[in-house]
Amino acid sequence: MSPEIIIGLEVHVELLTESKLFCGCSTKFGNPPNTNVCPVCLGLPGVLPVLNRKAVEHLIRTACALSCTIAPRSKFDRKNYFYPDMPKNFQISQYDLPLATAGKLSIVTAGGEKTITIKRIHLEEDTGKSVHKGTIDCSLSTLEDYNRAGVPLLEIVTEPDMRSPEEAHVFLTGLKDILRWLAVSDCKMEEGSLRCDANISLSPGDGVLGTKTEIKNLNSFKSVREALEHEAARQQKCLASGIAIVQETRGWDEKKSVTIPMRSKEAEYDYRYFPEPDLLPLEPGAQWIREFREALPELPAEKRERFVRDYRIPSYDSSVLTSSPAMADFFEATVRCGASPKAGSNWLMGDISRILNDKSLSLDETPLTPGRLAGMIDLVEKGTVSGKTAKSLIEEMLATGKDPLEIVKERGLTQISGEDAIQALVIEVAQANTEAMHSLRKGNEKVRGFLVGQVMKASKGRANPSMVNKVLDGLLGALPLPEARQDEDDHIRG
Amino acid sequence: MELHEFTAGDIRKLLRERKISSVELTRAYLERISALDDRLKAFITVTKDMALEMAAAADKAFGEGRESTVGGIPLALKDNLSVKGIPCTCGSSILQNYVAPYNATVVERLVSENSVIMGKTNMDEFAMGSSTENSAFFTTGNPWDLSRVPGGSSGGSAAAVAARMVPWALGSDTGGSVRQPAAFCGITGLKPTYGLISRYGLVAYASSLDQIGILSRNTEDCALLLKAIAGQDRRDSTSAGIPVPDYEAALRGKEGNFTIGIVEEFFQQSLDDGIRTLIEQAAHVFEGMGWSLKRVSFPHIRYSLASYYIIAPAEASSNLARYDGSRYGLREPAETTISMFKRSREKGFGAEVKRRIMMGTYTLSAGYYDAYYLKAQKVRTLIKRDFDEAFRECSFILAPVTPTAPFRKGENIDDPLKMYLSDIYTVSVNLAGLPGLVLPCGFSGGLPVALQLIGKPFDEVTLLRAGTAFQRATDFHLKNPPLGEAVPGGSIKESMK
Ligand SMILES: [Zn+2]
Repeated sequence: MSPEIIIGLEVHVELLTESKLFCGCSTKFGNPPNTNVCPVCLGLPGVLPVLNRKAVEHLIRTACALSCTIAPRSKFDRKNYFYPDMPKNFQISQYDLPLATAGKLSIVTAGGEKTITIKRIHLEEDTGKSVHKGTIDCSLSTLEDYNRAGVPLLEIVTEPDMRSPEEAHVFLTGLKDILRWLAVSDCKMEEGSLRCDANISLSPGDGVLGTKTEIKNLNSFKSVREALEHEAARQQKCLASGIAIVQETRGWDEKKSVTIPMRSKEAEYDYRYFPEPDLLPLEPGAQWIREFREALPELPAEKRERFVRDYRIPSYDSSVLTSSPAMADFFEATVRCGASPKAGSNWLMGDISRILNDKSLSLDETPLTPGRLAGMIDLVEKGTVSGKTAKSLIEEMLATGKDPLEIVKERGLTQISGEDAIQALVIEVAQANTEAMHSLRKGNEKVRGFLVGQVMKASKGRANPSMVNKVLDGLLGALPLPEARQDEDDHIRG
Repeated sequence: MELHEFTAGDIRKLLRERKISSVELTRAYLERISALDDRLKAFITVTKDMALEMAAAADKAFGEGRESTVGGIPLALKDNLSVKGIPCTCGSSILQNYVAPYNATVVERLVSENSVIMGKTNMDEFAMGSSTENSAFFTTGNPWDLSRVPGGSSGGSAAAVAARMVPWALGSDTGGSVRQPAAFCGITGLKPTYGLISRYGLVAYASSLDQIGILSRNTEDCALLLKAIAGQDRRDSTSAGIPVPDYEAALRGKEGNFTIGIVEEFFQQSLDDGIRTLIEQAAHVFEGMGWSLKRVSFPHIRYSLASYYIIAPAEASSNLARYDGSRYGLREPAETTISMFKRSREKGFGAEVKRRIMMGTYTLSAGYYDAYYLKAQKVRTLIKRDFDEAFRECSFILAPVTPTAPFRKGENIDDPLKMYLSDIYTVSVNLAGLPGLVLPCGFSGGLPVALQLIGKPFDEVTLLRAGTAFQRATDFHLKNPPLGEAVPGGSIKESMK
């Protein structure tokens, strides 16, 4: 029997606040080095920290969403260690009294549903960034960029509840959904706003704990999964061949797809934690927390279930529609404006998403409103415009925000459903394509699509396709057949 | 009467009556500084140009009818208060070349009131010491006897005020660093309640104990300066959100009937007999004013020095970690980053600072935290309780400031434990976060002796009222140190327009 894989995660999330955790400097990513700095975040002699209320709100909202217990009294501590990218050579963090503990997040994998326990969530300040000239082991000089120093970080620590790299991956994705849903973080791993460390060990069973290793600084969702898969396999190999697993910190080499030792855990740092004397204890107050809990939006998982239940749409549709609050809200508003849920879902998941993706836009960056989308769906359903016309309509609506009916009137796009008008079009096409008509009449249904298409083309997409088919069928019986022989001759000559 | 003999309150009157201009006054004090400071060594930096500019600005403001409490009056700052564009050395080699790029909140308030900053005064390195001998640059002399220390760590500020080089000055008090040098130099010193004055811009020694304090000629001046700098600051989370009383007006109020607490434990063994006698006399002065004395006991006070010397170094070890040579201050080149840190700190810090960093690092280390830091914090709570208990019946507490008169330079420098003992009557006040006022109360062997009044939290008004009553009844605060030959300072007649 293969040993059980035991995984716990430590996730660092940069919060979406305008200003840093203890000063008013901007948190904007990508500014020139050392431009988002002030005496406070540079830790100059004499400065004092002032806590950012918004960051605390973000923590409380996250904690509520993850069903954590929120401490009535929490405090900040100093974590002391020397490092050139730390302006004060201590980091303000939370040690023994974190603001939130004992939460949970449910995940669904191929193996079914399970709950992962969140051990704690706390706030801390980010460090700056060292830029080494040359390579890290033989650089001539190091430059320091303190733009990131003091940016608020949420540290979310799980219990070792995950039993496979897949579970870790699904957990992390679920966590990211919630954080983005709450607009607490943009969770861009490539910009470092979500960073993950993973602890992994193999238990031979019966609850016996194996020696664990910690994989540091995983910087993509893919690498979390791959690094854990590799590390599980490596540890298994060690066990199988009787090599002892060393408790250590390892890094993930993305190019070679292997984990490599970074430093031995034996040299564990003594951080000399003690309560931060420059900040008062954090006492958020039951009333404040209650307000946050009550104002908490419906989270993606609940919403997904409700959409399936209330709108009777497939669960696939539901999960696409709940991928962002903007999409979900738009969908519901469209339905409220009278559109059928499935039609609304189809348009949002299909053409609208495709066009937005092409232009790298999000729904709220366009002038399209739920009312207009519902209006357009209505035009299609009433037969005023064809589905094909609708596709070009939506493109214009996304670009200009115009009312669909207005566009239809301006451009004369009303669907042609009158039998006479369609008959004229079909006759025109039949005369130009006698060969195809002949073939269809002989029962070759394959050319029907071609002929209908030609009618649609001639009508600039405005002909009602079902009417076209109806007229076509009528004509096949009524029209005089072209000379069959001539047709065959042509064929022979050709 | 010579200009420098006036108190800040007198000067304010002269300025308001246009009998003198701030520029004239500033010139006179600058002259006095340049004549005296070779011998006294109170200043690390004299900000002559800045002072004259500020004085001109003050005169302009007066001309436009804009008056303020401290406007136009020269002031000295301890060299651990940040003034934009001015070196802030903290008396340390490691910050010898550091120029502060921002103003401390107190400095901002003083600048907005057109105060005149004359310079930065000498201090024990990072405010660690009781004699100003730990300055990396030089030792300041006591104006009453240049062979003796002025006390510490705000020794430069105290000496400058005592020698009338400025009418008043700011210092900082972590374990007695305003009160002890005020006592040694024979002037008035106030350590306000923790949180009354913003610490933003005060270079931290021990954050939970540090408080900016005032060195002045009498309690009225003390009230004036306090009024200008007290009050909540958004940039200091520990600054208290309470309304600041008008201390100046409060002094004119009725005195009331005070009960004075006498702490039995303060008057045992180590207290010098001469000092004991003078404090007892002072108690009789208070009794003579109709106030009653009450004996109180502080069972935990004997642990205060020990707990102070655990908490302060612990916080200091963390606060001083930023001085590593990588961003500002002294940098000693080395092969690797860590050895650069080590060499810069080895060269940049003096022996006392290193001693306290090591003590602090030790007591915070894993395995020792509970036995030292945590226990010291518990003792701190008990000491606070002793005071609370006493304040149920007493308006304030009368105590000595120092166990001895000013000692000779070099006398205690090789005996840190003996040096630490000079803080024995002051540290408990910082541990409890209370205000303490020091008033000259006599002379012992020609050297000044002072008493200390310890008040309830944020009750500076009562303290200053009591102090004012004492100074009306006595004249110890009016005595000038014997600085020998006439030193220039200008006189009011000459400079009168
Ligand atoms: Zn900043």
